[in-house]
Amino acid sequence: MTIAPIHQSITVNAPPARCFELFTSRIGDWWPKDQTLSKGPYKTLVIEPKVGGRWYETDSTDKVIQWGDVLAWEPPHKVLLAWRLNTSFAFDPKLQTEVEITFKDVGGGKTLMTLEHRDLEKLGKESEKFIGMLAGGWAGHIKTVAKYIEAQK
Amino acid sequence: MTYSTATQRALSALAEPARQNIYERLASRPQAVGELAAQLPISRPAVSQHLKILKEAGLVTETPHGTRRIYRIDPRGLAAMRDWLNQMWARSLDEFKNFAEEIEKQEKEK
Repeated sequence: MTIAPIHQSITVNAPPARCFELFTSRIGDWWPKDQTLSKGPYKTLVIEPKVGGRWYETDSTDKVIQWGDVLAWEPPHKVLLAWRLNTSFAFDPKLQTEVEITFKDVGGGKTLMTLEHRDLEKLGKESEKFIGMLAGGWAGHIKTVAKYIEAQK
Repeated sequence: MTYSTATQRALSALAEPARQNIYERLASRPQAVGELAAQLPISRPAVSQHLKILKEAGLVTETPHGTRRIYRIDPRGLAAMRDWLNQMWARSLDEFKNFAEEIEKQEKEK
């Protein structure tokens, strides 16, 4: 069973070097506060700027919750992250799904950012647990998502 | 920005706390209606009604087992997970764009 990778792109009105810098070093300033593994808003969210660097959040008690790590670090063009959260949203160092973000200069001081989240089928064997999590976990996130969907209509 | 109809249906089915409760119990192990009803403060017909809605939303499946029907989580829910991650990234990239463009504007004004 394979699952199609997630593909997304967005054009940002800022040059690639700026986008790369803000995306990685300031992720804790723009990542949605409720989209987190902490109970309640995360305190910090960090991508350590080197290959092998950790991608993690800390909660209000300074507990570190790792999401993954850096597989490739090529500023200002590309960052490749390992997303190692299993379907119960627990860190599993043996699980590897990849998130590749590229930053392309499209002129006029703008950047085309593309994101691919791939190897999702590796999550598959735990999908039932994930769905259970969807139903109950992630700090009532489902309600937030539902409200968000309503707001998009 | 879009979210699949299937996921919307799933989310709305799970918006009801009793169904969320039933769903979590089935996520931990497959069970028959009677077993679920025994653990919950609601009647067996009420449990059946909730299961029907969960089934219509593609969240659970049933298989006959002797005279009983065993309910379990539908593994095709993996598609829902992909949808969910897709939504998460869409939202995050939007937030990033707003943030980066604001910073860029401030820098230019300096």
